Amino acid sequence: MNNNEMKLEFDAISENEGFARVAVAAFITPLNPTLEEINDVKTAVSEAVTNAIIHGYEEKGGKITIRCHISGDFLTLIVEDKGKGIEDIDKAMEPLFTTRPDMDRSGMGFAFMEAFMDNLEVESKPGEGCRIIMEKKLGLSPWIEQEEETVRESIHSR
Amino acid sequence: MVEEMKVEKEYLMIKMPEEIDHHNSVEIGKRADRFILSEKIEHVVFDFEKTRFMDSSGIGILIGRYKRISCFGGKVFAVHADRQIKRLLLLSGLEKIVEIMD
Repeated sequence: MNNNEMKLEFDAISENEGFARVAVAAFITPLNPTLEEINDVKTAVSEAVTNAIIHGYEEKGGKITIRCHISGDFLTLIVEDKGKGIEDIDKAMEPLFTTRPDMDRSGMGFAFMEAFMDNLEVESKPGEGCRIIMEKKLGLSPWIEQEEETVRESIHSR
Repeated sequence: MVEEMKVEKEYLMIKMPEEIDHHNSVEIGKRADRFILSEKIEHVVFDFEKTRFMDSSGIGILIGRYKRISCFGGKVFAVHADRQIKRLLLLSGLEKIVEIMD
């Protein structure tokens, strides 16, 4: 398979978090990803969708769109909401930063997306929603412990 | 699958569900807190034996319970975490506040 695309639109309710990550996992299956890669993508989807539900729409509902594009063994994943947007993207992406410690949010959402995908971009303006673009090369199993350790060190030395 | 909670002496034992995300994490936290408030709980043990998926919501549950019991000298344990879950715990730096055991 060379190219494939899909688009998914669903209500921003927590019931759909599981649906969204399973749908994306099913879509990438033809690329023969490793179990680890599937889990990485599922975690990233879960983080992005949860972010839209809790922060974008402040749990008042709305629509979330996921677009997936496969080109060769390369996955592009775009998660979009039309919610309140992010005031300070750099701040939001800092590990352990959360605007909702009251509801046990860990502040690790963007850090996990960054760690588990090869590339992460966040586009957002206050009042104009949020678009999270993630990329990952699949079917390679490039999970090197060394690399993980580097990510971990960079997170906690900040 | 629902998480199961039981009290053994001063330990609250929580068998975590197969999947942990924002959808079920809020309820797990609330239920655990009811035990922590009503019983003589000192330590909380999270058992991930059945867990096959977790996102940062699970990390939030652990940090939240740590905040509630650590001021009274309580400890949080994470047991039977598979490789994937251990990655999440370590990426979050939780080994500093949670005892991770096999």
